[in-house]
Amino acid sequence: MSYNKKHVSVTLPGVRGLSSSSGPRVCIVGGGPAGFYTAQQLLKDAAVDVYERLPVPFGLVRFGVAPDHPEVKNVINTFTQTAQHERCSFHGNVNVGKDVTIDELRQAYHAVVLSYGAEGNRSMGIPGEDLPGVFSAKDFVGWYNGLPSNKELRPDLSCETAVILGQGNVALDVARILLAPVEMLKETDITQNALKALAGSKVRRVLIVGRRGPLQIACTIKELREMVNLPNSRADMLPADFEGIAEALKDLPRPRKRLTELMMKAAKEGGDDKAEKCWGFRFFRSPVEVIAGADGKRATGIRLALNKLEGSGESARAEVTGQMEDVDCGLIISSIGYKSIPIDPAVPFDPRRAIVPNEMGRVQDTAGLYCSGWVKRGPTGVIATTMNDSFDTARVLIQDMEAGKLDLSVNKPGAQAITALLQTRGVRTVLFSQWEKINAEEEKRGKFLGKPREKLLDVDEMLKILGRLLI
Amino acid sequence: MAASAAVRSAVSLTQRFVRVSPDCSICPLYRLNACTGATDGFTAPSRRLRTSIGVCQSGDSSSPEEEERVVNVVYIDRCGPEDSCPRPGAGENALHLAHKHGVDLEGACEASLACSTCHVYVSSEHYEKLPEPEEREDDMLDMAPMLQENSRLGCQIVLTPELDGMELTLPKVTRNFYVDGHLPKPH
Repeated sequence: MSYNKKHVSVTLPGVRGLSSSSGPRVCIVGGGPAGFYTAQQLLKDAAVDVYERLPVPFGLVRFGVAPDHPEVKNVINTFTQTAQHERCSFHGNVNVGKDVTIDELRQAYHAVVLSYGAEGNRSMGIPGEDLPGVFSAKDFVGWYNGLPSNKELRPDLSCETAVILGQGNVALDVARILLAPVEMLKETDITQNALKALAGSKVRRVLIVGRRGPLQIACTIKELREMVNLPNSRADMLPADFEGIAEALKDLPRPRKRLTELMMKAAKEGGDDKAEKCWGFRFFRSPVEVIAGADGKRATGIRLALNKLEGSGESARAEVTGQMEDVDCGLIISSIGYKSIPIDPAVPFDPRRAIVPNEMGRVQDTAGLYCSGWVKRGPTGVIATTMNDSFDTARVLIQDMEAGKLDLSVNKPGAQAITALLQTRGVRTVLFSQWEKINAEEEKRGKFLGKPREKLLDVDEMLKILGRLLI
Repeated sequence: MAASAAVRSAVSLTQRFVRVSPDCSICPLYRLNACTGATDGFTAPSRRLRTSIGVCQSGDSSSPEEEERVVNVVYIDRCGPEDSCPRPGAGENALHLAHKHGVDLEGACEASLACSTCHVYVSSEHYEKLPEPEEREDDMLDMAPMLQENSRLGCQIVLTPELDGMELTLPKVTRNFYVDGHLPKPH
């Protein structure tokens, strides 16, 4: 009895039969989860090339997922399989928009998919936001996760209290990393300089502040449970923030109900009084000003406006009451959302929503251009959300190929043309096999330190290592 | 070897199209009055797969005792029918079995309870037979879109003989597919 193996080695009828001898070629801009999940689905019907700005792939899976969440990073194995597919090739160290334009890519490929995510962040828009001591969560997370552009962050952790604005999972990750025992962190892939800084940290109290109430909190239960279970820490919340919540519980959908119950339990029980560290949510508070110290040179506190809630549920709105509250703190981290930026003037961009305007993944008014992931829908959701979204875009693209909306009869040169172009511009692309050398080097350095890897922090160092290995 | 050949020829691929009725009450599109009702025309193939469980690791299981411990599982999927034929094997959990037979059930975190991509709906009579989810599974399920009463994570469903005939439906999480009524070509 014979059987067909699914996945990669079957030559398919259908779309590939419609095209010229080389088959349809698709270009994906961005080598993170959106890029790889989109590629995974497209490989059934097309050859796919993934372009990534850094020499190293995987985007937020590498630079966003917390060091103490290694299982979440298992998805890298799926992406590695995709990258190693015979019809897929990865090109790192290519800055699309600068080294090569979207128009040049559209000439070389039958279709281009934008999956470049959200590299900017929403600012609080308050005075004092640029003072030393104030960081975006994106940069703070990038710092402890080894993102090259954040390696010089050097946050000052000599204060007792840190205030985080925002109550999503990123805010909780930051709080947890600030308060986690160093013995636990030193066995993760957190960078050595972050580990050293945290080992010497004086931060003992973290407040996580939100505009609205407990029923509007954006984090999920797994992350809340991790805070509750943090060793040597206790929860410190305000009973007033929870008025009326118990009564609302019975009508809540299951995820919200379980989350709220756990929060109330933590608020009520607190924890061991002898615990050296504490954390807590503060609700109904919006930042209005960062307070500078006497010398005006760094942040020493934050002024919060007290809100009241109008409406209920997900659509409840925070309204000002006029009351204020000052909190002393030396570290302020703003975790109010990432933001996509336009990378090429040829691509439509909606500055209000900070996404590429699209209809189900088809970029507005631009045939042959698609988008997936955060740049398509906005910067929320976990890997699974991006996965489903990327599959959607891939399906739409394949539909368009089958419906004849893309001219597949024309031969497109693909990576051959682009790599040649990049070479004339002095851009050195990094292939997936070369990333694997960087990967091996990081794992080797990590082993020496008792960690899964020690990330290289410098793009030049990564390229130098490839040079030394004489590839 | 003759016995195992007999077992293998007895294992046949059953493909049938099943009209899957969605549970509108938990669908956000329905609640927002944004449902176009396109799901009425929806059909999905289902694939009947077998696994044998227990000590044998290879595909050569054929003794009567092992035959009794074969568990048949039907996967109901929104995608096109697939051509691979099932092989008996040591199926441990429903995600693993799905992967062995090419069913498009994602398992991003590789069964470590750190994602919800292997979310499935379990046929109700079999759902009752599953052990209660542990807290960590419930935490991950809370993040899955279109959660239903009979939702479980595929990686946590350990296949036992009493689950024979279980149907696992992959949730419809995409709107595109149904609004257009498009059925992708078989791969």
